[in-house]
Amino acid sequence: MSSAPRYTEHHPRWYRERVSTYWWLWRWNYLKFVLREISSVFIAWFVLVTLLQFRALSSGAQAYAQFQEWLRSPGILLLHLIGFAFVLFHTATWFGLAPAALVVRLGGKRVPAALIVASNYAAWLAVSAVIAWLVLRGRA
Amino acid sequence: MATEIVRLEVARYSPEHDATPSFQSFDVPLRKDWVVLDALNYIKDKLDGSLAYRWSCRMGICGSCGMMVNGEPKLTCAAFLTDYAPGPIRIEPLRYFPVVRDLVIEMTDFLRKLHDVKPWIIRDAEKPLAEGEYLQTPAQLDAYKQFSMCINCMLCYAACPVYGLDPLFSGPAAIALAQRYNMDSRDQGAIERLHILSQHEGIWGCTFVGECTRVCPKHVDPAGAIQQYKLTAALEWFKSVLLPRGQQ
Repeated sequence: MSSAPRYTEHHPRWYRERVSTYWWLWRWNYLKFVLREISSVFIAWFVLVTLLQFRALSSGAQAYAQFQEWLRSPGILLLHLIGFAFVLFHTATWFGLAPAALVVRLGGKRVPAALIVASNYAAWLAVSAVIAWLVLRGRA
Repeated sequence: MATEIVRLEVARYSPEHDATPSFQSFDVPLRKDWVVLDALNYIKDKLDGSLAYRWSCRMGICGSCGMMVNGEPKLTCAAFLTDYAPGPIRIEPLRYFPVVRDLVIEMTDFLRKLHDVKPWIIRDAEKPLAEGEYLQTPAQLDAYKQFSMCINCMLCYAACPVYGLDPLFSGPAAIALAQRYNMDSRDQGAIERLHILSQHEGIWGCTFVGECTRVCPKHVDPAGAIQQYKLTAALEWFKSVLLPRGQQ
């Protein structure tokens, strides 16, 4: 591992360009990467909201009603709409990248990327369906 | 009929005279069978012999002629002028590397990093010659062949913002080539390389922007190699935690 960028000892004056602070605006793929990284904040936020929801639920009916009231406030609704868009973006981009990291071989051949992406979506749908069933089963 | 021309805006930098690079425009014939490298050779032969750039094979094998073409890392021997018509076409040295002169970059940093990951077959003990060669099945060859196609052209470094922001990062090609030897059934150096590359500036420096794979002219998929390496490193780490004595 290089401990520092090492160059030859005797050399003429090299020109080194400083990387712009706005390098991520140069191309769509860079911007997409930065948006994907930012989307993690919203993932963490939704985890926190879920934990807060559990806490409200365990504190009794009144606390839960207050929590639901808070969820309905326009500011939080807007934040969650934006957050939801980021979460979808996060999911879609990660599923799109999964085949690069996952090399699955079946019968000596590498499983095609599209199949790995599709199985990710299928697993997502299956988990969502189970959760929806758990949440909605008492309501019918 | 007059020959069509296309304008090239070529980055010029003379370390003795210039503080920063500037662009010089050249008009070259827009020929259907010409690539950007042909245009640079035309400039060198007919317009300005002082232009400095690297090239050798003209056929996408040597990896010498990588430059930024309209802001994108390209092998100039594979970038047809007609794809950029009507121009102008902006030619710059590979991004993130120090510029020696005009379009020539300083690559020692990359060569050291490449050497650091030990891109050669490591054996605990060589078997005697009398026992013959190390045989491989087509499936074993297939496991690493893609990564062995790397021609060290450094386009992936010029596409990688992580390398630009943190010059200590080992970078896409070096890690992909480490993985090429890790996946080789004849090699026994995977753990040795893992110790080198599991540091922060190794595989964990990569944030999976993925541009290295997109610009690679040989379809090596360095981003894939790095993510697969991360998976191996994480599994090795779990093994070392769960089986402290069973670890090699």
